[in-house]
Amino acid sequence: MNRLAIPKTYKLYIGGKFPRSESGRVYEVLSHQGDFLANAAKGSRKDARDAVVAARSALGGWAGATAYNRGQVLYRIAELLEGRRAQFIDEIESCEGVNAAAASAQIDEAIDRWVWYAGWADKYVQVAGNANPVSGPFFNLSVPEPTGVVAIIAPQGGESLLGLVSAIAPALVAGNTVVVVANELAPLSAISLGEVLATSDVPGGVVNIVSGSPAEIAPWLASHADVNALDLVGAGDLDWVELQISAAETLKRVLPPESGADAAAPALSRILAFTELKTVWHTKAIL
Amino acid sequence: MTHSPLATYQPEQRALALIGGEATDANLRRYLHGIPGIDAVGLEARAADLGTRSIKTSSKRWAIDTIIGLIDLTTLEGADTPGKVRSLVAKALVPDPSDPGTPRVAAVCVYGDMVGTAVTALGSAHAAGGTEGINVAAVATAFPSGRASLAIKLADVRDSVAAGADEIDMVIDRGAFLAGRFGQVYEEIVAVKDACRRADGSMAHLKVILETGELNTYDNVRRASWLAILAGGDFIKTSTGKVAPAATLPVTLSMLEVVRDWHRLTGVRIGVKPAGGIRTSKDAIKYLVTVAETVGEEWLTPHLFRFGASSLLNDVLLQRQKMTTGHYSGPDYVTID
Repeated sequence: MNRLAIPKTYKLYIGGKFPRSESGRVYEVLSHQGDFLANAAKGSRKDARDAVVAARSALGGWAGATAYNRGQVLYRIAELLEGRRAQFIDEIESCEGVNAAAASAQIDEAIDRWVWYAGWADKYVQVAGNANPVSGPFFNLSVPEPTGVVAIIAPQGGESLLGLVSAIAPALVAGNTVVVVANELAPLSAISLGEVLATSDVPGGVVNIVSGSPAEIAPWLASHADVNALDLVGAGDLDWVELQISAAETLKRVLPPESGADAAAPALSRILAFTELKTVWHTKAIL
Repeated sequence: MTHSPLATYQPEQRALALIGGEATDANLRRYLHGIPGIDAVGLEARAADLGTRSIKTSSKRWAIDTIIGLIDLTTLEGADTPGKVRSLVAKALVPDPSDPGTPRVAAVCVYGDMVGTAVTALGSAHAAGGTEGINVAAVATAFPSGRASLAIKLADVRDSVAAGADEIDMVIDRGAFLAGRFGQVYEEIVAVKDACRRADGSMAHLKVILETGELNTYDNVRRASWLAILAGGDFIKTSTGKVAPAATLPVTLSMLEVVRDWHRLTGVRIGVKPAGGIRTSKDAIKYLVTVAETVGEEWLTPHLFRFGASSLLNDVLLQRQKMTTGHYSGPDYVTID
């Protein structure tokens, strides 16, 4: 007798929980050959709104954690990814239609990238900050601080897990919290990453993952007054100029779309893109 | 609808006629314990059902503006300063500076010693007995615990009324109520009502806080509501906001039912004020639905229904901005209280 398979429903990851979409909608995720793989929640603008609320309330704790602690928490994610390797390989193979070796190479690269960014957590300030020479008996220090809530449109083509990791890790390093719209056609590894995050030490709300249509959700995130920055790395197929215009209404920082094999390549500049430079003056002690 | 002969009685006579004698503990107990009990499961199911109505677009717009007009903007902290009260009044006058069309709130609610500051800050916008403008409500009678002698409670009330308070929010003595000394609670409300009389003979509005979070059962809430109305309260109010749980929808629904029954019995309209714990527009809209479905839409005026809240206004303003601009707003666009 044939056993009846139990397909998994992939839900959203908002505020450390896995809710269904507020709208009740789901969409079918298909394999590369067009076979049914799973149902995924089709997030709505209200899910994005809830995610922003969660991200905002998590910001204080995450931005306020010490850089060393943030680095440890991010490194821990890499450890957990390693343990779930088989599941990710399976999802990537079926969703993207690549062979096991390519899927394995992708998850290797994703883990290495987490580790690379985790290492920056307690180092980027030394590189980007400065003790400025001023003419007077003052210390003058410039220090990068997190921008705040960052909305990200994850890369939509190619390597789904690697693209997602490359987009969210640099924003997290500096202490930002993130609302990310996952790869629409291959959202499975994104939600599985959410399951990894939920069992890691990342506080709930620091990363929020919404699956669904970026074309539908992105305009609401771009115009949302409580979002501080917008990473359009995966928005190349959307009307991203319009998104930039509405982001400008509330003075968001914006990163443009990228495409090709080296989209969202690891770089210090991606970390610094979502930081604000704070300069403080302090009198020199009279000894 | 015809009312019973009770409608023609003076308020005091009416209470005595209903109780069937003087307001003694025994008579009041007989009367209050004779009121049918509440089906708690049914009440909660009804409240939950009323909370599922979907209010959208133009109805939501109307609801949001109505909510703002029903808010008693409140600050009741030990750390209240004259400056804090002045900024509260400024917010009551112009809730959203980015949209001058935003309606004003119904009243500001402060401690008794801050009434003078609030009245001065309101200036010509102070209602002072008129129907236009913003009222000043003062909590009194040893708020929030109510643990003081009657003389001190009455002095507290007279002080606030003399300072220009239009509304007095008194707390009942929950200890006496729970111990069954209904006569004492009754007499206290009557005495406080009398202390609400101004020098010119007009009366400050009296809101009676039942502190439902300390009454334990819906039956007690219903009895306390009847008791407060019999004794002459103009408004019954759920909570001080200092005790959890504060206002809940089932509790408010049960109080609205008492108000509805009282109106049928006597033709007199009593106000209801849920206070504490109402923080989102979504919650507040549930209350509007409950009021409209229980006592009727004519209760949705500041004279008969209020929200006691401090953080609710900001959430309502965010919703209003969302409806006006078409995009989500954020806490940076409303004041920090």
